[in-house]
Amino acid sequence: MEKTIIIGAGLSGLTAAITLARGGRHCLLVSLQASERAQSVLAEGGINAALDVMGEGDSPQYHFEDTMKGGVYLADENAVRRLTKGAPEVVRWLAGLGVPFNMAEGHLVQRNFGGQKKKRTAYAKSSTGKMIMSALIDEARKYEASGLIERFPHHEFIEAVIEDGVCKGAVVRDCYTDKSAVMRGKVIMCCGGMAGLFPNMTTGTTQNSGYAAAKLFEQGVIFGNTEMLQYHPTTIGIPDKRCLVTEAARGEGGRLYIERNGEKWYFMEEKYPELKNLMPRDVVSREMYFVRRREDCGDTVYLDMTGLSAEIWQKRLPDLRAEIIHYLAIDPAEKPVPVHEGIHYFMGGIYTDINHRTNISGLYAAGECTCQYHGANRLGGNSMLGAVFGGKTAAEDILARGENGNSGETEFSGECHADEPSEAVRKELGEILYSGLGIVRSEAGIDSAIARLDALEKREGIYPRTRLGRSMLMSAKARKESRGAHYREDHPDKDESLRAPTLSWCEDGEVRVRI
Amino acid sequence: MPETGRKGVNAMTTELKILRRESAQSEAYRQSFIFETEDENAAVSTALTALNARDDLKDKDGKPAKPIRWECSCLQKKCGACAMVINGSPRLACDSKLKELGSVVTVEPLRKFPVVADLIVDRKVMFDSLREMSVWLKSELTPDENTQDIAYEASGCLQCGCCLDVCPNFYAGGKFVGMAGGVPVSRLIEQLPKDEKSEILKEYRKRVYEGCGKSLACRKICPAGLDIEKLLVNSNAASVWKSLFWRKK
Ligand SMILES: Cc1cc2nc3c(=O)[nH]c(=O)nc-3n(C[C@H](O)[C@H](O)[C@H](O)COP(=O)(O)OP(=O)(O)OC[C@H]3O[C@@H](n4cnc5c(N)ncnc54)[C@H](O)[C@@H]3O)c2cc1C
Ligand code: SF4
Ligand code: SF4
Ligand code: FES
Repeated sequence: MEKTIIIGAGLSGLTAAITLARGGRHCLLVSLQASERAQSVLAEGGINAALDVMGEGDSPQYHFEDTMKGGVYLADENAVRRLTKGAPEVVRWLAGLGVPFNMAEGHLVQRNFGGQKKKRTAYAKSSTGKMIMSALIDEARKYEASGLIERFPHHEFIEAVIEDGVCKGAVVRDCYTDKSAVMRGKVIMCCGGMAGLFPNMTTGTTQNSGYAAAKLFEQGVIFGNTEMLQYHPTTIGIPDKRCLVTEAARGEGGRLYIERNGEKWYFMEEKYPELKNLMPRDVVSREMYFVRRREDCGDTVYLDMTGLSAEIWQKRLPDLRAEIIHYLAIDPAEKPVPVHEGIHYFMGGIYTDINHRTNISGLYAAGECTCQYHGANRLGGNSMLGAVFGGKTAAEDILARGENGNSGETEFSGECHADEPSEAVRKELGEILYSGLGIVRSEAGIDSAIARLDALEKREGIYPRTRLGRSMLMSAKARKESRGAHYREDHPDKDESLRAPTLSWCEDGEVRVRI
Repeated sequence: MPETGRKGVNAMTTELKILRRESAQSEAYRQSFIFETEDENAAVSTALTALNARDDLKDKDGKPAKPIRWECSCLQKKCGACAMVINGSPRLACDSKLKELGSVVTVEPLRKFPVVADLIVDRKVMFDSLREMSVWLKSELTPDENTQDIAYEASGCLQCGCCLDVCPNFYAGGKFVGMAGGVPVSRLIEQLPKDEKSEILKEYRKRVYEGCGKSLACRKICPAGLDIEKLLVNSNAASVWKSLFWRKK
């Protein structure tokens, strides 16, 4: 019997496993920790689908247009078309699994989210990711009991088994016993975003170390748009990480301002009268960066949520309020909250076709570790959608291809370890990458980051993660224009001849980039 | 990147007394470490992260020490990974601010699960219980506004295991599964249509209701702040109603 190996048990991994199991196929579901600990449980604001329940005449076509425009036309058009068309079915499926989405008068309700002209984001108060994960975990359990899903919940992906250019499986390590095993079968990578390339600087989890993606990069998997990092406009600093203040806070009426000559200046509302505080994240973050640098302005941007009604706090954003009080000792219902841009999402990642196949036969990828849906900037609510839809699509492709080969039993014996440098080196790499890949970039800044990376590799050796980091910097250098999250002060305009993904890969140990 | 955390005025020095064990087989021993910070939001997780980031970790007496093994993920009290026993009570390390814990803090692994190493325990038994109780839907639901509140609360369980640590009636391998089992089950009890509830109620009665002393020690400790009492009352009502109904039949 052929089994499929799924690396990662967040939204995309669980959906892939459930889809395979419903089709009667076996899978091995591998993750560093239990699904309850995956980054997906942190998602707050919601998931997008043109359900057209808010009386605004929404449609998948509008969802498609907003997504392409938000990503500044770098996303894979065919993939986005399929995603937005399939979105209503995804959300209805999740509701049928018992996800307690907010409802009114017998139907789901949807909220405003950045970069979208219609209320299109379905939500469960401010814990949408946790609610969806709990339902998917229950659903997967049904197939664990029947043996179709076999869980490996404290196991680390070490490398893909690639023979003659075909992926034949994966090597994994049991983190509890240190023993390793070769698992044989097709592989779907659902290993999440590359937060670990920027230690302590993102809203993500420590589990998403970025190692799995980096190793695949070293093994010859093609990546796309690795220069595209999403800086979320509203985060707060807490120990060892950034904590997100969900975009739903602005969707429900929160307003950004800075003090100018002693007065509150609602700069987003003045500059963008249509979408105001809900412009796409790249735009909002950049505006915040620039207003803070103005002579006549203070150096802190505030999110003013004092106008939100008691009902909104209680019914739609209860967890958010408690969180801000916990960390900042500020009640956001009474006082504006100081916020700052923080790294939040990786639009770039493994490059796949619309069926989620990578350039290596037998190897698939879905979820935040991939790049096809979000282009140069991801719209809030589209990533949970992309993760669920991607996991489903990859699994359906595997189902359609039929079974071949025999996976055999998984046996753990020898020891092996991830090819990783010390924590201090990982931190230094993160600082180097951050210095070249800020909200505002320039050739000089990128070059100096590359020079520091050269020195780091010379001193400490070359690792998968230093290579993937190099791909990010080289991609940012190659894209001599400004588009979405990638803003170059030396090339502040868009260049339509560069309207194509930045591909990068590793060949004979060298990192290469092409647009 | 701006500074993380709010800086307090005063530096704070904490001694962490950690119960350590190299592997499941080896002897347990206590080892103390000193951690200093000016961040008033610094939690036990902050200290563990900082200690492990030291190139040459030394204990309080200056003796070289191995990195402290523990699990974390979200660092914002939403994933349950970092549950451990702090000053005698089960808590999330990332939700345990040092300034509220005193200058000497004892840190131990959860007590009802087998230890893997240092502060890591294998919480497999929780996941096994849910599987044994068949906690899943057999068919698709029609969303119902009236069940959303309970379902939301019950879906919030982190599977951290803190409730099991304090529960006087729970032990691994026993019939009673504690609230880490009782909370997720209560979602199904609430959401399933009336005529499809009987099997899950039977499991609930056998593996939750009959074993629970209802002291609610679990509710006080639950780091997700779940309203366990509300869930229990709701599930018990359904379960008692059902048993009366059966007797009448
Ligand atoms: C704070 C926050 C709020 C968000 N809010 C929203 C929102 O409102 N709406 C929205 O659409 N999106 C939101 N997002 C983004 C969205 O949650 C994620 O993009 C999405 O959940 C990713 O799912 P995933 O399946 O790709 O991966 P993840 O959930 O990140 O899971 C990754 C899995 O891979 C495993 N893994 C990683 N490395 C290895 C390895 N080496 N070996 C084995 N396993 C490994 C992990 O253990 C984990 O199981 C938010 C993100 C954050 C951080
Ligand atoms: S109420 Fe008491 S007996 Fe019941 S689960 Fe909670 S702690 Fe255990
Ligand atoms: S009920 Fe609370 S304490 Fe128990 S496992 Fe769930 S979140 Fe943890
Ligand atoms: S690390 Fe997630 S709860 Fe502490």
